[in-house]
Amino acid sequence: MENLIALLIGAPLLGAAVLLLGGRRLDKAGHWIGTLLAAVSFVIGLALFADMLGRSADDRALYQRLYTWIPVEGFQADIAFQLDQLSMTFVLLISGVGTLIHVYSIGYMEHDERRRRFFGYLNLFVAAMLLLVLADNYLLLYFGWEGVGLASYLLIGFWQHKPSAATAAKKAFLVNRVGDMGLSIAIMIMFTTFGTFAFGPVLGATGETSEGKLTAIGLMLLLAACGKSAQVPLQSWLGDAMEGPTPVSALIHAATMVTAGVYLIVRSADIFNAAPDAQLVVVVVGAVTLLFGAIVGCAKDDIKKALAGSTMSQIGYMILAAGLGPIGYVFAIMHLVTHGFFKAGLFLGAGSVMHGMNDEVDMRKYGGLRKYMPVTFVTFGLGYLAIIGFPGLSGFFSKDKIIEAAFAKGGTEGWILGSVTLLGAAITAYYMTRVMLMTFFGEKRWQPDAEGHEPHPHESPRSMTLPMILLAFGSVFAGGLFSIGDRFVKWLEPVTSFEHGHPPISAGAITSATVAVMVVGVGIAYLQYGRRPVPVVAPRGSLLTRAARRDLLQDDFNHAVFVRGGTHLTRSLVYVDHTLVDGVVNGTAASVGGLSGRLRKLQNGYARSYAVSMFGGTAVLIAATLLMRAV
Amino acid sequence: MTASAVASSVHSLWTTAAEPLDKIPAPHIEYVQLSPVLIVVGAAIVSVLVEAFVPRKARYHSQVFLSVVALVASFAAVVGLAAGGYGSTKAHIAAMGAIAVDGPALFLQGTILLASVVAIFTFAERRLDPADHGHRVDSFAAEAAAVPGSDHEKAAIKAGFTTTEVFPLALFAIAGMLVFPAANDLLTLFVALEVFSLPLYLLCAVARRKRLMSQEAAVKYFLLGAFSSAFLLFGIALLYGYAGSVSYDTVAKVVDGSISTVNPALADTMGNDALLLIGFAMVLTGLLFKVGAVPFHMWTPDVYQGAPTPVTGFMAAATKVAAFGALLRLLYVVLPGLTWDWRPVMWGVAIVTMLGGAIVAITQTDIKRLLAYSSIAHAGFLLAGVIAATPSGISSVLFYLGAYSFVTIGAFAVVTLVRDAGGEATHLSKWAGLGRRSPLVAAVFAVFLLAFAGIPLTSGFSGKFAVFKAAAEGGAGALVVVGVISSAIAAFFYIRVIVLMFFSEPKADGPTVAVPSALTTVTITAGVAVTLVLGLAPQYFLNLANQASVFVR
Repeated sequence: MENLIALLIGAPLLGAAVLLLGGRRLDKAGHWIGTLLAAVSFVIGLALFADMLGRSADDRALYQRLYTWIPVEGFQADIAFQLDQLSMTFVLLISGVGTLIHVYSIGYMEHDERRRRFFGYLNLFVAAMLLLVLADNYLLLYFGWEGVGLASYLLIGFWQHKPSAATAAKKAFLVNRVGDMGLSIAIMIMFTTFGTFAFGPVLGATGETSEGKLTAIGLMLLLAACGKSAQVPLQSWLGDAMEGPTPVSALIHAATMVTAGVYLIVRSADIFNAAPDAQLVVVVVGAVTLLFGAIVGCAKDDIKKALAGSTMSQIGYMILAAGLGPIGYVFAIMHLVTHGFFKAGLFLGAGSVMHGMNDEVDMRKYGGLRKYMPVTFVTFGLGYLAIIGFPGLSGFFSKDKIIEAAFAKGGTEGWILGSVTLLGAAITAYYMTRVMLMTFFGEKRWQPDAEGHEPHPHESPRSMTLPMILLAFGSVFAGGLFSIGDRFVKWLEPVTSFEHGHPPISAGAITSATVAVMVVGVGIAYLQYGRRPVPVVAPRGSLLTRAARRDLLQDDFNHAVFVRGGTHLTRSLVYVDHTLVDGVVNGTAASVGGLSGRLRKLQNGYARSYAVSMFGGTAVLIAATLLMRAV
Repeated sequence: MTASAVASSVHSLWTTAAEPLDKIPAPHIEYVQLSPVLIVVGAAIVSVLVEAFVPRKARYHSQVFLSVVALVASFAAVVGLAAGGYGSTKAHIAAMGAIAVDGPALFLQGTILLASVVAIFTFAERRLDPADHGHRVDSFAAEAAAVPGSDHEKAAIKAGFTTTEVFPLALFAIAGMLVFPAANDLLTLFVALEVFSLPLYLLCAVARRKRLMSQEAAVKYFLLGAFSSAFLLFGIALLYGYAGSVSYDTVAKVVDGSISTVNPALADTMGNDALLLIGFAMVLTGLLFKVGAVPFHMWTPDVYQGAPTPVTGFMAAATKVAAFGALLRLLYVVLPGLTWDWRPVMWGVAIVTMLGGAIVAITQTDIKRLLAYSSIAHAGFLLAGVIAATPSGISSVLFYLGAYSFVTIGAFAVVTLVRDAGGEATHLSKWAGLGRRSPLVAAVFAVFLLAFAGIPLTSGFSGKFAVFKAAAEGGAGALVVVGVISSAIAAFFYIRVIVLMFFSEPKADGPTVAVPSALTTVTITAGVAVTLVLGLAPQYFLNLANQASVFVR
């Protein structure tokens, strides 16, 4: 069975190669090839899953070693894969949601002349993401990590004719580089500390390693996770990444790639368990991002950016849970999976709305769309209910567990974290209700565009609605399926280690509080957007609103601190380079040149002066030789 | 009588001067072991006869054929001797103590012969200049004896004369060069020096174009060469006075004290250290002149520039090999007991040579002068290897010489291709934008320049690395530092030429690149091939040089 692991990656990789190298002759069939190969990967994943379920819980991990990539004395890097329960979860999520989004893209990208290339990039992404989660060592993981970064860059900037898309792609790439630097440094520290990159030896040796080193590795891994998962302070790229085609936003910037940071932290659990300081920073980052993203999501009028804020916030939940240690790992992953379903569904719904509205993204120009797009409305609505944590739906189970775990952290810390997660739940309910009401309820507010085309909202084609329906099923049932009988906990426990958290107040009380704050959030949003007509032009808003519209000034902050600071630093370095370094270099060059010019004059062309030079030289030779003897 | 035979009989005459003349024994000569030299000398003599008796029209072809065959045969003889163990186990002194047959001698002879073959190809090139009065012409004057610009010269040109005498001259020079690094007594050394120097003076004078410059170069070279020979000869006399013998072996033994018998005829001078040291310094002058070390280098730029370019290439490569070979043997065989005396002096010479060559090259505007200064700097790098005074020093110098000679001949061969109405366009400003017009030629030249600069993957790097490594191991770390600094300075002007060729706008009246015949093409191709092979896979040749690095005493 383990020989199939490479095929998981191989199928989409083949697709990427065929589609990107195949040229125009594949334009007609390209999307089918891409979708088929993604589906092949999913089917292999299912087969491996079935096989895995057939074995006992402790014997489920599979390994496949293809070859030794770098065979040097003292430095060995294998191309080897590891498929355990954690990887399996991701494989199914990536290939499953990935396949659905391929299907969706067939309709969504129908009129794009570069559709073949788009599917090539999507396949490349799926392959790289699978490599990331299947690697059995950090170096190979890094390879996948960079691969998804590349695919993300290519897909955000897919509509490269739009300067905003090109800029957004560049921004995503640059911000991610900061995080990637963290990962590469972490790997280097690992190598110097453990002499290897493989998960087994590295994670097995954490007991004998100093806490300082583990903290350093942990913080660097966290930096990497922040970059890839858009966590504060490296969150600024995610909103702009919505410039990419909506299926990309759904697959890469909601369901899968942005959760790679969570995977990294959970995979490195042993390191974080042994480095409480790093763990604390993880929790703080998660908590801050959770609120940050939620607040941004409240103020955005662009439907995709509102959802992007939400994504950031939900990943904040996962990171927070991952930072809680063994009481949270499982729930981080569980929320990751349910979030993968409902957020992908929400994005596809948003894409469907845009598809019917001439690519309009401003929710203030929607309104009343439930009549025009019933399927979209229902699936989006189910996703909405799931994310706000409506009892019985996916998000309810997974988010509730995280809130419980946060309280279970204990002490003041537990109370603070618990309150933050509850507050986050309230805000989530608020902004999602706002999105829902502005889009599907109220009066229609759309207007003819600049060229006088009145939008004609319509339901999307079957290829788009089908994935939405399937994802809606996931949004509704996944949480219950996982939670009832603690199935998911039992499934992941052998890999991630699990402890039951004991919150200071009863679980029932926490659940009630969660539901209560959700109702409050929904209520406030209803009062603001359901009872009153939504103005087409955004009101000026409070100071906080305005700041949130500007992503809580994250770009201004980056600009003031990093861009300006960086510019000044560069300028001063350039100054030093020009005056000092170049001064020395040019000065040396000039003096050598001057010396050359002067020495050259000795070469005057007269044989007599040459002879004098020889005579003098011989005299010096003789004198020196005699002197040496005398000394 | 061959050159070596002359040398050996003079030698026996000298060493047995006290005996009555009728007791001179017949010399014992190992003809087989001396065959590389004998073949070339024989060919040179036949070549003179060809000049005398073969009709003018057939001379060129016969001479080229004869020269190439002789050189190849001689090289085959060298290889045969090396294969027969004469480079290692059977190494010994032949011709009654006059000539050493050992590893370094065979290695250097082989190098000289290979370099000479490709150099002869450039001598024979007749496609570069446009036909003159319907006759194909080469780089050499129609009639060297005719006064430049005279009616006599015009008539010679019209008649299609060429100086085919360059071939016998070159063969004699090569014969002298073959003996020079193998010479095992001071007189053979001197005779060999003269045998290869005199033809070179002449060769310098016979350029077809810029004849006055060529003749000026030849006169300067001759005057200064004679001056340096005088020093050498005077030094030999002093050393004889000190040791009572000109044999390397005997001098060495007297220096280290293992012979202390005093020849009564020389009782006043023998064992006088002042004679030894002064004599040594003067012999050194003669050799340093030939390798072009500062401050005995001043002839180099003028002669390199004035001489016909094929001759310059030949001279720059083969003379340097021969002269360094002789220098190595002198320092390692004759004066090992004097190491503590000569090392500091040579340090000084090496440093000023490396720096002087590199620094003055910066302001050069003529490509041939530039290469001349570059050759001075390279002499400095080679001296660093010589100073190492270790076996790896010897082998690194051997390797460097092999690598350097091919780069040099190749580079000068490229210079012959770049021409305008006045012949070769050697002013650097004319090379601007050459890379756009003739990318291939410019790229080839760039390879040679990179090799000169010692950039990795070229033979220049392998050679320089070997030499500096040997010097550092031999305790001359400071010298290596100076060497690296000089290399950095030198890299500037090599790279500048590359920049000029590839990144400057071509001039409207720029030179054209002549399409050479197969001869020059082979030379350049061989140069590039050796440069790259020695750069990419130097190990085999380093091993070869290593095996060849033991002098017979």
